[in-house]
Amino acid sequence: MFRARHLLGIEPLAPPEITTLLDLAETYVDLNRRTVKHSDALAGMTQINMFFENSTRTQSSFELAGKRLGADVMNISMQTSSVKKGETLIDTALTLNAMHPDLLVVRHPQSGAVDLLAQKVNCAVLNAGDGRHEHPTQALLDALTIRRAKGRLHRLTVAICGDIAHSRVARSNLILLGKMENRLRLVGPATLMPSGARDWGCEVHEDMREGLKGADVVMMLRLQKERMDGGFIPSEREYYHRWGLDAEKLALAAPDAIVMHPGPMNRGVEIDGTIADDINRSVIQDQVEMGVAVRMAAMDLLARNLRAERGARAAEMMA
Amino acid sequence: MILHFHNARLIDPEAQTVAGGTLTVRDGLIEAVGAEAPQGAELIDCGGKHLAPGLIDWGVKIGEPGERHKESFRSAGLAAAAGGVTTVIARPDTLPPIDTPEALEFATRRAADAPVNIRHMAALTRAREGREMVEMGFLQDAGAVAFTDGVRVVPDTRLLSRCMTYARGLDALIVGHPQDPGLSKGAAATSGKFASLYGLPSVSPMAEVMGLDRDLALVAMTGARYHADQITVAASLPALRRAREAGLDVTAGISIHHLTLNEYDVGGYRTFFRFTPPLRAEEDRLAMVEALAEGLIDVIASFHTPQDEESKRLPFAEAAPGAVGLQTLLPAAMRLYHQGGLSLPQLWRAMSLNPARRLGLPAGRLSAGAPADLVLFDPDAPFVLDRFTLLSKSKNTPFDGARLEGRVLGTWVAGRRVFGAQA
Repeated sequence: MFRARHLLGIEPLAPPEITTLLDLAETYVDLNRRTVKHSDALAGMTQINMFFENSTRTQSSFELAGKRLGADVMNISMQTSSVKKGETLIDTALTLNAMHPDLLVVRHPQSGAVDLLAQKVNCAVLNAGDGRHEHPTQALLDALTIRRAKGRLHRLTVAICGDIAHSRVARSNLILLGKMENRLRLVGPATLMPSGARDWGCEVHEDMREGLKGADVVMMLRLQKERMDGGFIPSEREYYHRWGLDAEKLALAAPDAIVMHPGPMNRGVEIDGTIADDINRSVIQDQVEMGVAVRMAAMDLLARNLRAERGARAAEMMA
Repeated sequence: MILHFHNARLIDPEAQTVAGGTLTVRDGLIEAVGAEAPQGAELIDCGGKHLAPGLIDWGVKIGEPGERHKESFRSAGLAAAAGGVTTVIARPDTLPPIDTPEALEFATRRAADAPVNIRHMAALTRAREGREMVEMGFLQDAGAVAFTDGVRVVPDTRLLSRCMTYARGLDALIVGHPQDPGLSKGAAATSGKFASLYGLPSVSPMAEVMGLDRDLALVAMTGARYHADQITVAASLPALRRAREAGLDVTAGISIHHLTLNEYDVGGYRTFFRFTPPLRAEEDRLAMVEALAEGLIDVIASFHTPQDEESKRLPFAEAAPGAVGLQTLLPAAMRLYHQGGLSLPQLWRAMSLNPARRLGLPAGRLSAGAPADLVLFDPDAPFVLDRFTLLSKSKNTPFDGARLEGRVLGTWVAGRRVFGAQA
């Protein structure tokens, strides 16, 4: 069961759709571990990656996912393109749409920009992160990582720590883990906590020791260096002292708690290097692996819906 | 020329009554209410519908000079007439702004294109930059009814206090936009659950309270006449009440959009719902309706802000704020009549009588000697709004596709029919 036409966020997905996607992703995890990593799920289809914001990890993950499924993949870095010449987002979308892509992967610095773009094109659109709104494939890869590590994706205590206010990763994870009925905690300095966070049905902790108590999953977020000018937090070292994940704080979590990070990491700012590298606790490398599999599953499902939709339209025209 | 309206329901905002009756107009002025038809009068059968003073829409942006493709005096005037607005109080935030008597003369000349009355506000500081005060005396002589920098707050309190002191000497009205500029910088939504879930840059409602507190302290200091353009959150009301009780010469307004919509209407990043200040929580909206009924908030206006499609077809936080409203002010206000518990005389006090009083205009009344600026309308007539039927050059309304009630049947300015077929 997966009905969506686009993957714009976690919000519109129903729990069975999430489960369907994760189950399919499992099969791609297996495929990706073989020597011949190829499927024809997207054979003949065109995938365009359009990144209005710098990204190496997400873009290469999407690129690899598309290539392993047999799609023709094109990357456009919008930071050096006609946007600089004053073209509007909608014109850019219409221009690309005229090239008949089947899958459009978009990242944009403004919340809601990918929704806007999806209204103007007739292919499947995947949100690779819009402003501080959503980053659905990140939440899905986190969910798959958790499910594999903990054996389930419900009734877990998950602590999301750090810069919640500016994080689309936090939002998508909150929505997904909330839909799957987990106990959620937000941990971080009040300056980096979104207003209204307490209305989201999760606990909010400023004291990291309180927030980590008994947690099954500790999800660290990247602290954006550009925010460390004294505007949100006084300094990196004070931040590390109070909200950086070190062995002492982690000891308060459940003994088998896993540590996650969406990357790229700032070692010694939000996370201690030895914890990030601890193969018994850290699943950070698994997250990267799951990322490719989840993106393959997402594009596969959207492509199936796209084919079905086009088939139905063709049948309608014949009738 | 004599007009005699009969078979009408007359809304009298002064007496706060609605009653059946007749109204006689001679040479552009109301001559009598409830009189018999004089000899030779043109008889107008109102068919039992409501006849009221025309609306006075305070704070309308017209794109002249500078942005005539968004709105001209002509198009704004036609939209106003179709919306039952007989007097438009134009904003000075044009390109360039109305900050010199010469610019005001230009705008006044151009305004003759409009079929309704147009009065102008002038900028408070040169180029609306908050550094030097404008030639208030000259501008007042040239017809400016009030002074405002629009939504740009004058950050320099010393300059603002001098502007207020100088204005007091001229008995001029200053219109402020209560908002703390630091807190509200870059904000596109009101902070809270909605803005956080949608990932929109947001501002606390307290930014309005801080701006209002600051302005009211300066009013207490200088004794100026002051009008807060938009009070939109419940937390601002105690300060406003205290200022009134202390006898300060302070009034306040609100936009029809903040009275009829809330933050959740933004839905899937719909940029036609982006306003300055942003839409508020439902509790705030309800508190504002109550404050209006009580008379603590004096004025309802549309804050008509035409934007072309290109300014709105953008990601939410990049889209230009504001909506057109001249033609939807009356039907949107009918939502408050049908569902909000406000009476028609209460609404007309806020949309016609109070702005007239505050700006020293003779309109807004149904009494002998007042100008015959009138609107005939049916508060119950339902329709679904199609934005492309609006007469404004710009079609950016949040009510596109909305079910509204309240149709304007005829509009008269100084006894001259400017909208509606002859009955």
